[in-house]
Amino acid sequence: MAGNIKLRQGTRSTHHAANTTELPVIRWLLTLIAIGFLGVMLIMPLIAVFAKALEGGITLYLDAIVEPAAIAAIQLTLLTIAIAIPLNTVFGLAAAWAIAKFEFKGKNFLTTLIDLPFAVSPVVAGLIFVSLFGVRGMFGTWLIEHGLKVIFAPPGIILATIFVTFPFVARELIPLMHSLGTAEEEAALTLGASGWKTFWYITLPNIKWGLMYGVILTSARAAGEFGAVSVVSGHIRGLTNTMPLHVEILYNEYQFTAAFAVASLLTLMAIVTLVVKNFVEWKVQQQLGQSE
Amino acid sequence: MPLSSLNIKKHSILPGFGLTMGFTLMYVGLLVLLPLATIFIQTAGVGWTHLWGIVTEPRLVASYKLSFGAAFIAASVNAIFGLLVAWVLVRYSFPGKRIIDGLVDLPFALPTAVAGITLTTMYAPNGFMGKYLALLGIKVAYTPLGIVIALIFIGLPFVVRMVQPVLETMDHEVEEAAASLGAGRLQTFCKVIFPEVLPALLTGFALAFARALGEYGSVVFISGNMPMRTEITPLLIMTKLEQYDFVGANTIAAVMLIASFVLLFLINILQWWSSKRHTSN
Repeated sequence: MAGNIKLRQGTRSTHHAANTTELPVIRWLLTLIAIGFLGVMLIMPLIAVFAKALEGGITLYLDAIVEPAAIAAIQLTLLTIAIAIPLNTVFGLAAAWAIAKFEFKGKNFLTTLIDLPFAVSPVVAGLIFVSLFGVRGMFGTWLIEHGLKVIFAPPGIILATIFVTFPFVARELIPLMHSLGTAEEEAALTLGASGWKTFWYITLPNIKWGLMYGVILTSARAAGEFGAVSVVSGHIRGLTNTMPLHVEILYNEYQFTAAFAVASLLTLMAIVTLVVKNFVEWKVQQQLGQSE
Repeated sequence: MPLSSLNIKKHSILPGFGLTMGFTLMYVGLLVLLPLATIFIQTAGVGWTHLWGIVTEPRLVASYKLSFGAAFIAASVNAIFGLLVAWVLVRYSFPGKRIIDGLVDLPFALPTAVAGITLTTMYAPNGFMGKYLALLGIKVAYTPLGIVIALIFIGLPFVVRMVQPVLETMDHEVEEAAASLGAGRLQTFCKVIFPEVLPALLTGFALAFARALGEYGSVVFISGNMPMRTEITPLLIMTKLEQYDFVGANTIAAVMLIASFVLLFLINILQWWSSKRHTSN
């Protein structure tokens, strides 16, 4: 679903006989159009972020990043990631174990439910937490009576982030665990290993690369989430601003160089995510190739 | 273990089904189902006529048209170019192919706000794309065209990543058979290859469309947010919320959720169709 980057596990082959390929002219033309499209739509924006960020020189760039409001935004983003990752990883492992290792009725329905946050607009994702915990929300009065604040405060930001990132680990692990099968675990159990021991020594080493990619994806999305967080944050500078919200404020104040400086950090994180993805894809392919 | 006693699963010697399933259901229930249900509960208290009044507000109707129209155009552009990109990446080889292939996922990994401000800067009248387009009399930023550009960026990977594996695993012999029976390349493509990739292409299209419909971060910067002209539906939820109109915000959210559920249902059918088509070969 929307926003998901699944690992590819297929094999690729490019060899074709002469009668099943196109004339060189057509091949070149199609390749040029495809590269042109990707060049304008992907590569140019990528270059533009860094060009804009470094427009005013390296000192201006560094100043924008070490400024107190930027540091506060980076800290809140890191805190959000630090809470979202363990929760969603435990969920992802549990869900993948239940769904990939067992056959049961309603499996497809459960998988669809897990995909749901991908289908929901980020703004709606933020709004649901406002209707639950906002001043006029379901638990609003109760929260005020107990002096607790969720909306326009870090807890709301963290909740919204957990919501939008919770399918990632599960969605990476389910197909991977499914294709690995259950034979190795069954062997370990028959030899007398306990359930936890089997998971720890057999399953976990097998899925470590997929798990790592799921975690990276969760943190990239947690760092970059904008719509949902924007609804629940209230944009209080230094308090409830995550990095993307800080970028928005700077941009709306016409501090373009500073906005792109912070944006470039998020872009670097996106590039790291892509590099890890390709590395993990290669590792998983190797692993599946060996086990066959 | 209450779940295993219900006999809803087939026998397996692996342990932990009750524990992991129970935890999964609890997590999904608390984090997804309960919060989503509140949207509908909160709108249920409002009378039908009042609800209808909110849903058919002219400013909102203008936003539906824009959101649907822009998402449809963007998904169509992505369907055409996505098929082309997937084809070129699978069938042809050229220098830098690995890097280009890896870059296709960039829109998924790049925060939407970053995409938003970058595209706006590029396509603004003084930006390095907008400058030249302005000479041709084309305005992109702060117009519906800008929204379409942002949505093309956001949805770009879907079609490519859906079609690519189908092209990779496609049987060469079918194409060879077509060629030996005297079909030209174009004829083979239209009659043999295209029907084969069609389910994946449609799934990719639907995914890109669904994503574009709910997209917020990349659009709000480039759209300029002019009432009746360049306001997308998610933005109006935000506007209602800023005016403390919670009923209005919840009602629009309910409309959007229903649209998402319908699309999710369609996507599931398409995926089922495409996997059935794939395994039957």
